[in-house]
Amino acid sequence: MNWDWEKLRDNQQKYEKKQGGSGPGMPRPPQMDELLNKFKGFQFPGVFLVGLILIALYFGSSTFFTVDRNEVGVIQRFGKYNRLAQPGLNFKLPSGIERVTKVNVKTPETEEFGFNTYGSSDKYRSSAATPRQESSLMLTGDLNVAVIPWIVQYRRSDPRAFLFNVKNVKSLLRSMSESSMRTVVGDRSINEVISSREEIALAAKEMLQKEMDNSKAGISIVNIEMKKTNVPEPVQASFNEVNQAIQEKEQTIYKAREEYNKAVPLARGEAKRLILDAEGYAIDRVNRAQGDATKFKAVYDAYAQAKEVTKKRMYLEAMLEVIPNLGSKYIIDSDQKNLLPFLNMGTNGSNLVSPDNLLRKGE
Amino acid sequence: MMNSNTIKILIVTIAAAVLVLVFSSAYMVDETEQVVITQFGRIVGEPVKEPGLKFKTPFIQTANYFPKNLLEWDGDPGQVPTKDKTYIWVDTFARWKISDPVLYFQTVKDEFAALKRLDDIIDPAMRNLITSYPLVETVRNTDRAMDTFDVANDDENKNRSVRYQVDLGRDEITRRIVAQSRTKLEGFGIELVYMKIKRVNYIDSVRRSVYDRMIAERNQIAEKFRAEGKGEASNIRGEKEKELQKIKSEAYRTAQETKGHADAKATQIYADAYGVDPDFYAFQKTMEVYKKSLSKDSSLILSTDSDLMKYMKGVGN
Repeated sequence: MNWDWEKLRDNQQKYEKKQGGSGPGMPRPPQMDELLNKFKGFQFPGVFLVGLILIALYFGSSTFFTVDRNEVGVIQRFGKYNRLAQPGLNFKLPSGIERVTKVNVKTPETEEFGFNTYGSSDKYRSSAATPRQESSLMLTGDLNVAVIPWIVQYRRSDPRAFLFNVKNVKSLLRSMSESSMRTVVGDRSINEVISSREEIALAAKEMLQKEMDNSKAGISIVNIEMKKTNVPEPVQASFNEVNQAIQEKEQTIYKAREEYNKAVPLARGEAKRLILDAEGYAIDRVNRAQGDATKFKAVYDAYAQAKEVTKKRMYLEAMLEVIPNLGSKYIIDSDQKNLLPFLNMGTNGSNLVSPDNLLRKGE
Repeated sequence: MMNSNTIKILIVTIAAAVLVLVFSSAYMVDETEQVVITQFGRIVGEPVKEPGLKFKTPFIQTANYFPKNLLEWDGDPGQVPTKDKTYIWVDTFARWKISDPVLYFQTVKDEFAALKRLDDIIDPAMRNLITSYPLVETVRNTDRAMDTFDVANDDENKNRSVRYQVDLGRDEITRRIVAQSRTKLEGFGIELVYMKIKRVNYIDSVRRSVYDRMIAERNQIAEKFRAEGKGEASNIRGEKEKELQKIKSEAYRTAQETKGHADAKATQIYADAYGVDPDFYAFQKTMEVYKKSLSKDSSLILSTDSDLMKYMKGVGN
């Protein structure tokens, strides 16, 4: 701008000298070339004005700016941090004095490790992940190799720190993510790496956040998400076999349990039955005993009142009942001796004739 | 007329001169920068570390800008053997800053040369330390207990856990690398803020043998699980047998006890009842026996002496 202005000035002075120093530039002699004069008269203030307007526009337009809803403007005066500008229309001193840098502080950004999302437009990803698998191959604490792809989501939480403290924050974040993840994985066995991804992601997030804070990078880690962790392809089959063996183990155990469950409750039922049987027997036995006892007691009570008579009666009653049902009956005189030879005990004995005092009843 | 023109020219010239002077004496320092002022190549005064608008003597002094923020260093991945003769790739990175711009300006001048120094100093230190320790020291960071599936055979297990134990751990190793490098870098006005191991991986040929080892290890673990399953199943079966025996015998015992108690009680009841007059009981029971035991098949010989027949011979006697 300055240069243009001076050139104009020079031109004007040259022109005035050509006029023969007849006076100051403004009142020009009318005898001069009318066209030229008019042209000059027109052009000079025109260019001057345009220049002025341009300068004004330049400074004017650099005094206001808008900050997006998810951004914060960082204003530096002569390079030194001055203030933050919140979303909306903001004003500052013209450029050359104050400079604004807008930083997106709200939208989380994603960095991927160990795999590429196709169609991703980010140049960093493809360049940093060469060869792609390399960043996901890790050594575990038991010196095995695991394949662990993951993503880091982060936000620029402190725009001032983000801009001023670290050169190339993104590259730091990538390196630090790999380092943190490997440190976490390095303290875990291959089994844990495969089974407890959540826990690893959490530990890695914590570590990464700590490291970024140490570097004062103004970055806040929103999330670390582990994609499917695995073992390298050549050993996958053997790992599957372990899983299969675990299944087999469980199956074998379940089978045995099934047998157990089949047999034991049945045996319990049978045992119960046996016990109940015994209880039944017991009840029966005791009841009978009590019945017998009561009966005896009743009879006895009656008997006790007239012992002789009752006893006789009972005897005779019993005989009355017994004797009619008997087969052969012999009555022998008490004086008769040597009776036995008469008796033919083996046979029916119905035709046996006993001596005169032998009573024979009809069969 | 000439006068006023001359004055105008003079004013313009002075203004231009002042402008030039201002522009050549004022300079801006950004938040991320620091400046060393030199006069004909010689350093003048203290380095400027504060950002903002600054002034120097015009024309004869030059402002040399250096970054003040954390700078990158990314090591070339290198093949390093560990103490246990395992070849690994180690990829490191570091962050550094210019702590003494004057010294930095005098010794290395620019970032390219500085990075070369960092290469020359960090790389040997890293190799030196990683070579001096077994691989596990570089991989692990703490002695955190791990779940490695190895619960069986105790002897082997003990050996293994010893194998994975660390004395230093990754943090300590990197700390020592940094400590070794830091003092050397101080001479260049460089502060090594930190250095970290980004990646550690087996080299290809080692990796293959590691894969073989992993496969063998897994097969062994699989077998262990199968054996555990069978063992547990046998255990359950044994448990079943035992339980069955127990249930049956207990039931038998209880049944017998119950019966016994009942018998005892019945006996007691009988004894109590019949004890009142054992003779009568005997009589009564005998009558009952007669009733029940004598039938058609039985023959009876009665003497007239008997109570029943005594009247046969007459009522008189």
